[in-house]
Amino acid sequence: MPEEGMEDNKEGEERPKWNNKAEYLLTCIGFAVGLGNVWRFPYLCQIYGGGAFLIPYLIALVFQGLPLLYLELAIGQRLRMGSIGVWNSISPYLGGVGVASMLVSFCVSLFYNTIVAWVLWYLFNSFQEPLPWSQCPLNHNNTGYVEECVESTPVNYFWYRQTLNITPNMETSGSLQWWLVVSLATAWSIVYICFVRGIKTIGKAVYFTATFPYLVLTIFLVRALTLPGSSEGLIYLFTPDWEILKNPQVWLDAATQIFFSLSVAFGGLISFSSYNSQKNNCERDAVLVGVINSATSIYASIPIFAILGFKAHTNYVTCLNGNILALTNEFDISDMNITVENYEQWFDSLNGTHPSRVSDLKLKTCDLQTFLDQSASGTGLAFIVFTEAVISMPGSQVWAVLFFIMLFSLGLSSMFGNLEGVLTPLHDLKLVPKWMPNELFTAIICLLLFLMALIFCLGSGNYWLEIFNSYVGSVPFLIIAFFEIIAVAYIYGIGRFSDDLEFMTGHRPNIFWKVCWLVISPLMLFVVLVAYVAVQAQTPPTYAAWNPDYVNFPNTEVLPYPDWVFAICVLLSSVPVISIPLVAIYRLICCMSGRHSKDSLHNNPNPYANEDYVVELLL
Amino acid sequence: MPSLTVPPGAPPILQSLTVPPGAPPILQSLAVTLERMLVRILVLLYLAGAPALAQTLCQPNASNGYRVRISIKTALGNQAYEWNENEMFLFRATMAFAMRRYYKTETYNVDNIIVCNQTRRVSFWFVVISPENPTMLIPKADVEKAVSMSRHRINNAFLLTDRTLEFLGIYPTLAEPVNPDTPPWLIVFGVVIGAVFAGIIALLVSSLLQKRRKEKGMMEDGQDEEDRQMKGVENGINLDGIYNRGFTDDDRFTKL
Repeated sequence: MPEEGMEDNKEGEERPKWNNKAEYLLTCIGFAVGLGNVWRFPYLCQIYGGGAFLIPYLIALVFQGLPLLYLELAIGQRLRMGSIGVWNSISPYLGGVGVASMLVSFCVSLFYNTIVAWVLWYLFNSFQEPLPWSQCPLNHNNTGYVEECVESTPVNYFWYRQTLNITPNMETSGSLQWWLVVSLATAWSIVYICFVRGIKTIGKAVYFTATFPYLVLTIFLVRALTLPGSSEGLIYLFTPDWEILKNPQVWLDAATQIFFSLSVAFGGLISFSSYNSQKNNCERDAVLVGVINSATSIYASIPIFAILGFKAHTNYVTCLNGNILALTNEFDISDMNITVENYEQWFDSLNGTHPSRVSDLKLKTCDLQTFLDQSASGTGLAFIVFTEAVISMPGSQVWAVLFFIMLFSLGLSSMFGNLEGVLTPLHDLKLVPKWMPNELFTAIICLLLFLMALIFCLGSGNYWLEIFNSYVGSVPFLIIAFFEIIAVAYIYGIGRFSDDLEFMTGHRPNIFWKVCWLVISPLMLFVVLVAYVAVQAQTPPTYAAWNPDYVNFPNTEVLPYPDWVFAICVLLSSVPVISIPLVAIYRLICCMSGRHSKDSLHNNPNPYANEDYVVELLL
Repeated sequence: MPSLTVPPGAPPILQSLTVPPGAPPILQSLAVTLERMLVRILVLLYLAGAPALAQTLCQPNASNGYRVRISIKTALGNQAYEWNENEMFLFRATMAFAMRRYYKTETYNVDNIIVCNQTRRVSFWFVVISPENPTMLIPKADVEKAVSMSRHRINNAFLLTDRTLEFLGIYPTLAEPVNPDTPPWLIVFGVVIGAVFAGIIALLVSSLLQKRRKEKGMMEDGQDEEDRQMKGVENGINLDGIYNRGFTDDDRFTKL
């Protein structure tokens, strides 16, 4: 067991510490609870049979999520370093895992803060009456509305044209959209101000960013339950469809959702727990963070679906009213004699007496179920579906502002972890020159990330973001997590790890944790990884493009990725994880060459060889 | 015997009813009653003919007529009023007002607006006849321009909107969007970015000041630092400090 004092010598100065336990816990919770809890989990719940989805979700949490979380928090707290330092300590051959973690965190920070920038843009635009996405703008000569807006909806138009100014395909890059650049600069400035003094300022910021979403979700819950149609939405969401559990895709999606939701393998959690004192009960912290994360997902889906039910109801009533107006005008029936309630009877009687005239009217079929089925996840949920619902609520500006501030704080607290996974390893690698103060180094990294993220502000930026999201933010994490668990369970040794845990928490881990770390979690991760790659390989590499000249506009046009783009996708998936074998080979070569030259002194190829000690002996 | 003098302005048919003076009394009284009957019939015909004439001018799908569709319950809900003859009178008066305003004359009256084919929807057709010539209809284009000009006043007279008081064929002009000089989102952005930059500068300046104070403090109690450094070396614990004053001030030890 390494001596306690040895770790402190590895840094020249005292390691920063959390002000109190609450800040540490709030930061970890804020990192884990992110945008995915609000806009990915409810969607999965809906398409995978409502309440029945909770079963694979909770199983994945208990057998895969919690062990990984406990593992990361424990090694960070014990070894008191960022991800690169930690994996170098555990096994120099697996130092690549830390490098991979850092690279992936770097890529994720790029696109994640762009989403935060979009949220900020919508937030800035919510302070207007009427809301800009509620009506179509007039065209050039004020004779009518803009055609693109009329064919789709004002909400879609505001998102695709006035926010993204999206190009029809990926080959057309378009130009930099200055309003997005401005929003992105704001997002990075806010991230920087929270990082200025490291965890001192982060710890203060999370008091707001980690707790405010819960307040807003509760407000929305109360508001949504008083809206008409909310109960239909909730029933639709939670009605369990047990048959769906036979579909293996459900289990795969539950496992991946838990995995990505807990934000393991970023290196951020390792960094956060490295600032703890070593005698901290990380087992309790891990269980707490994991359970709160899942509970937040479930709690968030209630107001989301109540509001989606309200939106479906509103659409249904609008559809019916259109039909009612057509019938009233055609048959000169007294105004408001046909209502939503007696529409069916009127329709049947009119259809019986004048079927030809009724069929000429081309009435739309209005089915509430169809409207409820129109689900969306991701940016579609936040920026299209939810904004449309907000327009129909009285006092739209207030709800829009609350919603976007909530999304902003969710995204910002996750950005803390993303960026921490980049900064702390760089500090540990001693890449920071001594003369450079921390603030300047953080500023340089933020500026660099901002400049690189400008590609997402181009006309085709959204397409690139989708690529980053699908290819960087998925498979590399699974691979990294798999190597993490193998490294700790088999290379470091479960016995040594249990000793460390006893030192930190005061008791050895019980049989559940050991079995999970040794068998269940690696197996589950491996199966999930293979299944995920298999599914991805089977889906053709296509993307949905917004093309106003498309024949079936407003449907999105499905286009295949150009070859050079697909090559970039492959690169994005493989380059971060290629560092794992690369570093292993490099260390192997170094170690072998070291053995040759210092054979007389060093018979034991100890991976913990301290080169300084060797030099002194030679002197 | 009353003299059967026919007034000079009488229609020719009455003038031909002159009875010669030497006619027997029975003939004379017959001519009188006949004359009176004819006058009454003609008057009645004239009175009945005028609206019938106008009625033929107003027909569904008339070339110069417009159809109006009113949805009071949709617009006003509980406070909806009932559509009756008085409301129709108000409509005709408002249309006459619109025509007066458009042509800038005062010749138009309620009678110049003819309404027909009212349904319980409520919808009806109307035409406008010229005040100078009751048989001539005002062309469709002019009526449209007059309605468009006074659309707002017409709507307000009935507490309705463009959507609930429809003139089929006359499209409402789209409302001018309010274009503020500075987009509101820029104002919010300006406030936020200003606050953030102020915060960054404040934090940087305060940490800079803190460092300076720490450095000054370190220089002042550098003697204490020395002792600690010396003790550290003596105890064998290797402390990597920034200042190693062991080599700068040896006086204290050499004095021994």
